[in-house]
Amino acid sequence: MSGVLEAEWEPPRDGDDPWATGGTTLVTEPVPVVDPNGPSSLIAHDVSAWFGSRQVLQRCSLRMEANQVTALIGPSGCGKSTFLRILNRMHETIRGAKVAGTVELDGQDIYGEHMGVTDVRVRIGMVFQKPNPFPSMSIRDNVLSGLKLSGRSSGTSKDDLVEECLRKAGLWNEVKDRLRDGGMSLSGGQQQRLCIARSLAVKPRVLLMDEPCSALDPISTRVVEETVMSLAHEVTIVIVTHNMQQAQRVSNECAFFLVEDQAQAGHIIENGPTAKLFSNPDDQRTLDYVTGRFG
Amino acid sequence: MSRLIEQDLPAARTGSNSNSPVDDRELQRRVGRLTREEWAEYAIALACGVNVAVLLRLLLDWDDMLGTSLIALGVFIGAHYVVLRERSTADVALDKSVTTTMWTIGLIVVGVLVWMVAYVTVQGLKLLNWSFVVNDLSDVGPLDSGGGAFHGLVGTLEQVGIATIGVIPTAVLTAVYLHEIRGRMAGLVRFIIDALAGLPSIVAGLLVITILPGYSGFKAALALSVLALPIVTRGAEEVLRTVPDNLREASLALGAPQWRVVMRVVLPTAQSGLVTVTLLAIARMVGETAPVLLTAFGSTSTNTNPFNGPQASLAFFVYDLIRVADVRSNDRAWAGALLLLLIVFVIFVAARVTLARSERKLGRR
Repeated sequence: MSGVLEAEWEPPRDGDDPWATGGTTLVTEPVPVVDPNGPSSLIAHDVSAWFGSRQVLQRCSLRMEANQVTALIGPSGCGKSTFLRILNRMHETIRGAKVAGTVELDGQDIYGEHMGVTDVRVRIGMVFQKPNPFPSMSIRDNVLSGLKLSGRSSGTSKDDLVEECLRKAGLWNEVKDRLRDGGMSLSGGQQQRLCIARSLAVKPRVLLMDEPCSALDPISTRVVEETVMSLAHEVTIVIVTHNMQQAQRVSNECAFFLVEDQAQAGHIIENGPTAKLFSNPDDQRTLDYVTGRFG
Repeated sequence: MSRLIEQDLPAARTGSNSNSPVDDRELQRRVGRLTREEWAEYAIALACGVNVAVLLRLLLDWDDMLGTSLIALGVFIGAHYVVLRERSTADVALDKSVTTTMWTIGLIVVGVLVWMVAYVTVQGLKLLNWSFVVNDLSDVGPLDSGGGAFHGLVGTLEQVGIATIGVIPTAVLTAVYLHEIRGRMAGLVRFIIDALAGLPSIVAGLLVITILPGYSGFKAALALSVLALPIVTRGAEEVLRTVPDNLREASLALGAPQWRVVMRVVLPTAQSGLVTVTLLAIARMVGETAPVLLTAFGSTSTNTNPFNGPQASLAFFVYDLIRVADVRSNDRAWAGALLLLLIVFVIFVAARVTLARSERKLGRR
């Protein structure tokens, strides 16, 4: 495990200069042979996190395998969202946030010297709790925004890409005739699916979802869950959820986070196949949580 | 109180839950409109106020219009409360009374504004015509009529135009530094901007003329920029504050470097507010006289070159002609003031229409 990584979002260092146009970085280490467009596995090793001097995560290690949906569950304030944000380096956008440990994407440490922060975020996309389409852009431009924002070209034609991403997000049939309308003209559930389509447009290897359904009604939730399940074979998904039924419905693997004592930091109590965690967990605390005895 | 039920509901329809395609508009209940009783309450209170004013004038021989009006206003609001109290509890009466007070104050403010605009319009229309717009005062002797404000119009457009072109990028970049980059010097920069905001306009003029002696429209633009910079900067910072943080997060999470977040997401989202702030600054600059007087000196002939020689402006034109004891000059000043109002109005409307069009395209309100 490496030492504490000072990761404050302040002076841009070499390699992740936010004023650089391309956002591309030299990768010196040989990349393991994997399908360049397929899902990747993500391995967090001994990840700890701090806000200022307060430690919120303590030595969390977790393998998030390719082709799997991994759910992070646990009560509020246990650090699961922080853990998720560490996985694509969004944690360091918060002032005073620090991180330790390594996160490997296909064998490469995303906090390594040769990794550009924008590069990491293109490869590891994120969908937030509250739908946040860009209000100044149309539906079409929202889908394409990732390409423009990261300074990449799509390769295929833009119309095809828009249709492909909206179809994957299960939104195409609802918006195909109004692609020029504003992103805010959609309902909350549609907005969230638009955000998923937007994340998919840059062809990420991993998609992180931070309670993507908590602001949605049950019907929209079901549509988003179906989208998640249909995406699992092409992108690795890590989803934070408060909803244990949702974790059971959508995930194959599951990790249970807990803060046992307010003075302590959150850590992973148990992780494994979702079915096992919910039916026959090794730890009594996991059993108590999944059966609703606390939290 | 029967404020809500104004008519009997058709008996057949009451309680039915059917989803018939019939137009049910006749079932709409009238809510939030003044009832006859409420109109009567206002009438009684108004009568009290007017009576007091008349009595003061007739019996005590007061001829102070302002004082009498204020007392009548107080009596109106007090009487309204007393009348309300007859039929309702203290809470309800107080609620309505405060509403009345707010409306009255609002009407007074709007009234004063309308009166000012109307007065300038009436006075200005005496002379304002096309010939006034395209002629200057270079060939107009002290006893001549005619002439116009073309030289002032040219000066105002050039000076304010140059200042605006200079100020907008500077101020927006400063605001981006203060709120998006939050650099180390942000506190100091904010302090200086605040200090600049308190700078009297005449001092801005003095500053420019001391550093750069000699008269020209460009120097007036410099002085105006000094005045507009803090307004636009602080305004733009406030506008950037209204852009939700989750949009910045979303952009960063898509792999955007910070400058693209600002250029493609933050500024476009804030565009409407930024335009409003710029309009406020333009309105302020258009009306400034003191710095123009010191730096461009003023003139009666047209000088289209902002970089050389004295230049007038509309505000200077008005100032110069209204202080002369001569009806012809004063009329020209009023026409100039009206022209000034029209320019500000046109800029406001043009900006609003452009914005509304770009927002309607996205189906935003």
